[in-house]
Amino acid sequence: MIKKLGKKLPTIVMIGPTFFWLILFVLIPLCYVIGISFLTKNAYGGVDGILSLQSYKDLFQSEYLKIFTGSLWLSLQTTILCLIIGYPFAYLIAKAPANRKKYMVLMIMLPFWINSIIRIYGWNTLLRTEGVINHLLIALGIISKPLEMLYTDGAVLLGMVYDLLPFTILPLYTSIEKIDTSLLEAARDLGATKRSTFMKIILPLTMPGIFAGSIQTFIPSLGLFYISEMMGGGKTMYIGNLIKNQFLSARNWPLGAALSIILIIITLILMKLYTRVGSLEDMA
Amino acid sequence: MKLKRKLKEYKPISVLYPCLVYLFLYVPILVVIVFSFNTSRMNIVFEGFTVEWYFKMFENRQLMDAFRNTLLVAFFSTVISVIMGTLCAVGLYKLESKIKNIISSSLYIPIVIPEIVFGIALLVFFSSVHLPTSMLTLIISHITFSLPFVVITVRSRIAGFDPSILEAARDLGAGEFRTFMRVTLPMIMPGVISGGMLALTLSLDDVVISFFMAGTESTTLPLKILGMVRKGVSPDVNALSTLMILGTIAIMLFSQMIQGKIEKSREAHSGVE
Repeated sequence: MIKKLGKKLPTIVMIGPTFFWLILFVLIPLCYVIGISFLTKNAYGGVDGILSLQSYKDLFQSEYLKIFTGSLWLSLQTTILCLIIGYPFAYLIAKAPANRKKYMVLMIMLPFWINSIIRIYGWNTLLRTEGVINHLLIALGIISKPLEMLYTDGAVLLGMVYDLLPFTILPLYTSIEKIDTSLLEAARDLGATKRSTFMKIILPLTMPGIFAGSIQTFIPSLGLFYISEMMGGGKTMYIGNLIKNQFLSARNWPLGAALSIILIIITLILMKLYTRVGSLEDMA
Repeated sequence: MKLKRKLKEYKPISVLYPCLVYLFLYVPILVVIVFSFNTSRMNIVFEGFTVEWYFKMFENRQLMDAFRNTLLVAFFSTVISVIMGTLCAVGLYKLESKIKNIISSSLYIPIVIPEIVFGIALLVFFSSVHLPTSMLTLIISHITFSLPFVVITVRSRIAGFDPSILEAARDLGAGEFRTFMRVTLPMIMPGVISGGMLALTLSLDDVVISFFMAGTESTTLPLKILGMVRKGVSPDVNALSTLMILGTIAIMLFSQMIQGKIEKSREAHSGVE
């Protein structure tokens, strides 16, 4: 027994720190969030140890429901736009010659690794009322008065699509890349038009990629509170801003925690759906 | 005939469309870089070329503090998560399947949960143990989100490992520690380096979790910019941002190079066999 333990000891020493770390800084904090969502807030901005479902009931207030539907709508628009822009792009990379492909993928990854506040700050410079685009358009005589582009809902959508596009493109590219070209040749030989080849072969085969890309876009889009602040001027509230405010300014922790639980549940449902689609694909 | 014409039509689009997407992705970055060399204080028109902002940025105390914090957090979180993550990946390799599965799947929890939830969970946790937000909480949070990525990256390198080499080392009398330092570590080094690069970029890239973890004294450069944007930003911010952009690109290209080397050595090995 002792001898066995002695042999195991190095392994425990190796895995132990990471295991301990994940329990302390992932599992326990998440349990705190779950716990706090069932407590009540007190007048000092903290929480009292009284169990209640109040924060979950509060979620159904019309102002919060409006923020929910607004956020889901924005995330849906973002995801769909990313798919529309990203799909043809991913397709073109996948069909590019091998030596060019590597660089095309690398060029998609690069901006994705640069801190997104710096990149969104670039958009801010471009779109401002006294910004680069307005100045150019006036100088060219296309418009006479500057356009109000920044601090609009459209600007928020632009920022979201900009920030998340690589998340959509990469899984799409991987799944398009995998398509067996002999299938496409067979379809052509059998007289299928380009349109029907796309609808009946390419699209169904790349469904897992479309799904993965959508999830990888949709989930993070719900939490990007700083984009609506930098591009929308904080005019419209989204779920990310709402959660942030509960912890920093409004100090209603139970409500913020309940909102986070909703976000986790949405994530888990989408992940579950994704693994189902994946396993269906494997069976076929 | 028709097909030929179609093919001709197809070509320009297949070049033009990617160019448009790249333009969309790169124009905001280029704007930040271009205006860092502008003589005008306003980021509206390019009036003339200068590098003065690259010297003036050193006078902006707050900005330099934020930049220093960013680098310190990135450095410490990378070093610690690489050490812990590498040990864990090697340990997992030797472990039997049941515990292995539990740990490997728990590694995905921090990757899957939305960042904002992760951020507030840590905030709530630290405030309940009366640890105020500071450099320490920032570093801890960055280690936490980098760690799983390091373990996964190093593990993927170990996957193609021949266990008989380790047995040979032990048969020849090397102890656990020596086997690790002399045999295991050199073999997995490329994986460790790419894991480290990943941790570094993740740390430099992070906004959401840092937002909740940074105290007033420990703000990072991106968070500082976030706070400044509405009031208007002077070009020294552009200069510092440009350094950060170039730094990130350098890290990315370096890790791409290593990745390329790994693939080449793999091909060479399989060629021998």
